[in-house]
Amino acid sequence: MDAQVWAAGQTLRTVVLPVQDREQFDELVLPHLRAAFNLARWLLRSREDAEDVTQEALMRAFRFFGGFRGTDARAWLLQIVRNTCYTWIEKNSPMASSVEFDESLHLSQMPGPEAQAVSGSEREKLAKALEQLSPRSREVIVLRELEGCSYKEIAAITAMPIGTVMSTLARARERLQELLGAQARKEAVRDL
Amino acid sequence: MTCEENRIVLHAYLDGELDASRSAEFEKHLEGCTVCVRALEAQESLRSAIQHANLYEPLPGGLEAKIRRQLRGASAASSATKIFAWRWLAAAAALLLVVGLSWRYVPKRVDSGLSESAFASEIVDAHIRSLQPGHLTDVLSSDRHTVKPWFDGKVVFAPPVKDFTEEGFPLIGGRLDVLEGQNVAALVYGRRKHFINVFVWPQRAGETEQYAGSKNGYNWISWQQGELRLCAVSDTNRDDLAALKDLIAR
Repeated sequence: MDAQVWAAGQTLRTVVLPVQDREQFDELVLPHLRAAFNLARWLLRSREDAEDVTQEALMRAFRFFGGFRGTDARAWLLQIVRNTCYTWIEKNSPMASSVEFDESLHLSQMPGPEAQAVSGSEREKLAKALEQLSPRSREVIVLRELEGCSYKEIAAITAMPIGTVMSTLARARERLQELLGAQARKEAVRDL
Repeated sequence: MTCEENRIVLHAYLDGELDASRSAEFEKHLEGCTVCVRALEAQESLRSAIQHANLYEPLPGGLEAKIRRQLRGASAASSATKIFAWRWLAAAAALLLVVGLSWRYVPKRVDSGLSESAFASEIVDAHIRSLQPGHLTDVLSSDRHTVKPWFDGKVVFAPPVKDFTEEGFPLIGGRLDVLEGQNVAALVYGRRKHFINVFVWPQRAGETEQYAGSKNGYNWISWQQGELRLCAVSDTNRDDLAALKDLIAR
């Protein structure tokens, strides 16, 4: 029975958007593509996966665009990107969503040549430490420090109360400092 | 204020998220507390290191063009799909009627801009997401007098919060969630070893009265209750969901 129901449902996957909605979508949502990709890349720790998930998220956003009534298209899109990322993590590496990253399994992502030229080693160190944080900690840092979101915007994107945003961010920054400190100590020992 | 409280306040101060009076209060605390002064300096230098490290990830070349192509494809294909889909749905509905379903399936969510299967994916994804560690509840309480007021000011409607421990569905708590890009209330109930999420949002025009389905082993049932729409989803069986629905609607 379900098979029939879903077979019928499947054909409805694409939802009709009038042309003016399509144009509005291009105008309101597409300018935030870079923010979408940046969040996905940091949540998934991979440019390739982020590319796939960003595409999927944009298609989902397009399907749901009829229901968008707000004024903040960036927060709305990032909400969808975040949810798509967590669904992806859950499917592909269920453990990763709750635990901190195991450094020994870490295959370092090469930064773009442009970024590398600016500050090679400093960027690498920070990126490595950031990737070791749990996704929940990483996302608040990315939204606050890279995206410049207010606490209110972060609360809307992550569906967390503002108080939780504040304490998560505090813990995430403290943890980031610890990780950077540990890196520095390791380097000092190696240099001896 | 103690230093422990200030550990968090310090970040809100750094981010310019404190109001004037709390800001002044914290600055006063800083005058006499070298621990907090040092912590603030350390955080400021971390922030400036992040700002200078250029961590913002550049967009891969060609991604935007690829997405624009997909979007064009999606909107061009849709009008043809719609007519085609309705034929299928008519056939499926007739078939289901003949089979004599006890569960009413109403294949109509086109008006709300989302297909039945996309809705099922969304609701099941939200349920799975909630089961990740630390994500089931924002407010953990079996007391409806704690859970209900928690939603005040977080959502613009009042979700029906009741505990059914005696009936075998203990209320575990509540949280905010996002469905179809909108904030919804989620009530969490236990059923033996299973969790049931009951999502609540304001009823929208064009939504049908009651529908249900299953996907990847998760069942869901959605119904209208006054001005609200509710949807219960879980890996527990349909009878349990129907029983909970009857309790909530009672």
